[in-house]
Amino acid sequence: MSLSLTVNGARRDFDGDPDTPLLWVIRDELGLTGTKYGCGIAQCGACTVHVDGRTLRSCSAPVSAVAGRQITTIEGLGSRAAKAVQKAWVELDVVQCGYCQSGQIMSATALLEQKPKPSDTDIDHAMAGNICRCATYHRIRAAIHAASAQLAG
Amino acid sequence: MHPLMNRYRDAEQRRLAALLGVPDPAAPALTRRRFLQATGAAGLVIGLDLAVPGAARAAMPGVEGAATGPLAPNAFVRVGTDNLVTVICKHHEMGQGNTTGLATLVADELDADWSLVRTEYAPSDPKLYANLVFGDLQGTGGSSAIANSFLQYRSAGATARAMLVAAAAETWRVPAGEIRTAKNTLTHASGRRATYGEMAVAASRQAPPVKPELKPAARFVYIAKDRSTPRVDSPSKCNGTALYTADVKLPGMLTAVIAWPPGFGAKLVSFDATEAKQVKGVTDVLEVPEGVAVVATGTWAALQGRRALKVQWDESASRALDTDGLLAQYRTLATQAGTPFTKPAADAGAAAAPAKTVEAVYEFPFLAHATMEPMNCVAWLHDGMLETWSGHQFPTFDHMFAAKAAGLPMDKVKLHTLVSGGSFGRRANVWSDFTVAAVNVATAIGGRAPVRLQFTREDDTGAGLYRPMYVHAVKVGLDAQGRVASWQHTIVGQSIMAGGPMAEMMKDGVDPTSVEGVMPTIYDLPMLQGTLHSPVLPVRPLWWRSVGNTHTAYVMETMMDELAAAAGKDPLAFRLALLGKKPRAAGVLKLAADKAGWGKAGRAGVAQGIAVHESFETFVAQVAEVSMRNGKVKVERVVCAVDCGVAVNPDVIRAQMEGCIGFALGALYYSEVEIKGGRAAQRNFDTYRALRIHEMPRVEVHIVPSAEKPTGVGEPGVPPLAPAVANAVAKLGGPRVRRLPLTRSDLVET
Amino acid sequence: MSPTVIARRLSMLAATLSTAMAASMAASPVQAEDLRAPEAFSSIGDTAERSRALFVEAGKVLQHPRCLNCHPVGERPSQGNDGHPHSPPVVRGPDDHGAIGLQCATCHQAANFEPSRVPGHPLWHVAPKSMAWQTRSLGEICEQIKDPRRNGGKSLAAIQEHMAHDSLVGWGWHPGGNRDPAPGTQAQLGALVAAWIDTGAACPAR
Repeated sequence: MSLSLTVNGARRDFDGDPDTPLLWVIRDELGLTGTKYGCGIAQCGACTVHVDGRTLRSCSAPVSAVAGRQITTIEGLGSRAAKAVQKAWVELDVVQCGYCQSGQIMSATALLEQKPKPSDTDIDHAMAGNICRCATYHRIRAAIHAASAQLAG
Repeated sequence: MHPLMNRYRDAEQRRLAALLGVPDPAAPALTRRRFLQATGAAGLVIGLDLAVPGAARAAMPGVEGAATGPLAPNAFVRVGTDNLVTVICKHHEMGQGNTTGLATLVADELDADWSLVRTEYAPSDPKLYANLVFGDLQGTGGSSAIANSFLQYRSAGATARAMLVAAAAETWRVPAGEIRTAKNTLTHASGRRATYGEMAVAASRQAPPVKPELKPAARFVYIAKDRSTPRVDSPSKCNGTALYTADVKLPGMLTAVIAWPPGFGAKLVSFDATEAKQVKGVTDVLEVPEGVAVVATGTWAALQGRRALKVQWDESASRALDTDGLLAQYRTLATQAGTPFTKPAADAGAAAAPAKTVEAVYEFPFLAHATMEPMNCVAWLHDGMLETWSGHQFPTFDHMFAAKAAGLPMDKVKLHTLVSGGSFGRRANVWSDFTVAAVNVATAIGGRAPVRLQFTREDDTGAGLYRPMYVHAVKVGLDAQGRVASWQHTIVGQSIMAGGPMAEMMKDGVDPTSVEGVMPTIYDLPMLQGTLHSPVLPVRPLWWRSVGNTHTAYVMETMMDELAAAAGKDPLAFRLALLGKKPRAAGVLKLAADKAGWGKAGRAGVAQGIAVHESFETFVAQVAEVSMRNGKVKVERVVCAVDCGVAVNPDVIRAQMEGCIGFALGALYYSEVEIKGGRAAQRNFDTYRALRIHEMPRVEVHIVPSAEKPTGVGEPGVPPLAPAVANAVAKLGGPRVRRLPLTRSDLVET
Repeated sequence: MSPTVIARRLSMLAATLSTAMAASMAASPVQAEDLRAPEAFSSIGDTAERSRALFVEAGKVLQHPRCLNCHPVGERPSQGNDGHPHSPPVVRGPDDHGAIGLQCATCHQAANFEPSRVPGHPLWHVAPKSMAWQTRSLGEICEQIKDPRRNGGKSLAAIQEHMAHDSLVGWGWHPGGNRDPAPGTQAQLGALVAAWIDTGAACPAR
């Protein structure tokens, strides 16, 4: 049975095991490789996408669970908050190896879309599920605040 | 890799090749001419001189934004008619920012416009791209990328500039000395003006200068100019387009996972692939030297196939391995004399009985690197040759081992080095484990298609190649004035170098990486007597960000605090008294202490701990501000001072110090791989935990202004952190922690 | 031994258990086990004693890690058969459905997802703070359950309905992964709670 997905605004059909984690559909079938595999058990957040504007760990959701919902990956980010986040990330040179950063940016964007002026505690809570082994956390925090300021300005 | 690689030379490489049975030890025969041909056209570098089908070529991974020729005066820089400057980076980018650093060196001497600078990664060719610290091997490690490239890459840029200036002088008929360069533009007082792109063709006809003139530091425009060269890899890593090995797509490419031995030393007995082959998408289930490979059209199918695979393993040889037992053995060994790693004391008998003795035994666990990107490699056998795509941190090793595994001469093997999602030492190993495994799978399927071998997180964490377990036993005598009178130091732990192709680097039975930081030490301790035990285990040992310093700095720097306490002295003053011969170590120590307000009354409930260490010729001191709540440690702030010579990219240096601090803190808190019944007990981030954002302290980095030659920053920020924190914990009335991680002492909120 | 003594001992056992949980959420996993049916308590003559004994029996479910893990006192739920703190370190957030940017549904889908071992249910969330059970004794939990100010304004009948039929409660018997299911069945829990209410809904000693 074919599943109908809406990814980055475009309709995509998936004809395979409905239990396939969304992550592998996005990466292997749709060729959107900005979303990363890091742990496969929802511990690291590298696979974070948005579904109907909320964060989702695509490694731990069957593709069947998101059929008919709006899926956004790093490649499809376009909101005002997303642009502010990506701009702040580049301006502060947050990245090191960069592998986790798609997920970090997806989480940060979802946070700012729902709470444009987050406190440090809000940031801790929203970003707690995203591991960065390069430990760029110091700059992630600064970049979220910078993006927030930009949104307010 | 380690700076000690510099003992490698031609002969050493030949010996290594012979040892490995690599048929053709010569480097791949990419002549300069062929190189230029390969790089000069269409902006596509990789795979161009190979017989690759058109569709495949189009599908091949691109680079960060390659410029076209025609000015290509050397292997490191090209200037295109499009006015783009391309810097060819010989070092592996795993996050440490060396791509930006190498481009900075070229751009400065070339007077390039930073916004027009592009980078790409060099092919495997040690003749052109050797790490000058390692001799004739191409590789990245030992925090040496910028250090070894400093003059080389600047010369490359200066050469290109000289040729552009010469071309302009000839075209405009003015003396070269009157031409100015800035931001990709040549100008003359007469009003003449040309971009580098406009002058590139003419410049390519100029003879390169024999010895290009380098700028004095006063004329640097990018080097050591803070924030003048933002990271070149930021944009692609913020929009999902950066291409990692996991993202490589080739026509018809298959994905493989391997059913790896469950324990260290477990042997494959048999397997039943019936059910695995019934999984939709699984194409092959094959024995490979590493285990059983399940090959499929996609990752999920491969994983499902492996789940359905039935494998019988013989764990009789591995089952006895147990870290608790091992620790007991190590503790016993630590009471016995081993191989000396210091010179015998000149007047051993003359020392008077110490007024005070401080004794301690320290225990360090196995550590996995746990890079964000689990290991992976794409291998493609076609047309009598092999191509691989991976985070080839040490291309020369990977090249030899890939050739050997494929049974091909090295010039029939082409490596494509991509950015990697972290390494921390993992990707530079003398087994080239993930590269070889991918080649073995490619061979097993008869070269039918390109194949990507992917480790799962569990495969990766359980694979061994750990920072070894270590035990240190230290006994120090203080004289009546509180000065160090005697120092006995025993270290127990696997040698990283022994037994493998790097055993040559051992000296008198001592692996320098087991003792570095104790011997040599920054402190003036001529009385230090050390012995080493290097047990052999079936778990492969490997360097882990800052190598031996990960444990030696902890021992030396917490012992310094214990000794200062025993002597009734301030820890800072006690250290400074022993640093007379190491002014740069004293310098960072004083700077960190000064910036942190050492010795001044701080906030109630917050204590400062201090530590200093030299690694890879870089000096770092850190003051950690720590509080305890309900008996749990919280690191609130870390003040870091670093002296790495000329600070080529100050912001990259700050980023590395910040990252090193977070990385080291995560390890101090949580990191430990236990082996039970021969198997790694921690396999994923739920049990092999990493630092998370709420645990990251505020970090302040102070860089010592310096005209010394630049040294590395990728690792030296790691060693001082753990002892600085531990010293603060002791100050707060907590225990003197001698077993890591801190979870072992119940000191961390979990 | 008289039924009263048995009931008292059970009550003491429960108190001991909850103390142990208060200390570290029971170090050893609570094994799947049967629940006794209400009839098993009919020999207890004293109605209040019987009621208390029935609640103690139901308490095997209420204080099972499957239930306790998501009734935290503080901000963060726990997980696993040993009730260790939830990883990643999530919080209940403004509506008990997680933090902004890291909701429960970021990881927990409508059903258990075995490939990643993440449990799921369409209503996955943390019990409100007023219904916190962790670190509390069974007697305290009992008082709390009966108190409309702390049970979401529920009547005893609604409480029984919730225990017997709520599908998120029901997840406790189908937890997936290597998670031990709650003892007995949801129907048995419903019967015990009904019998407890019928006997006056008496609470064990705090």
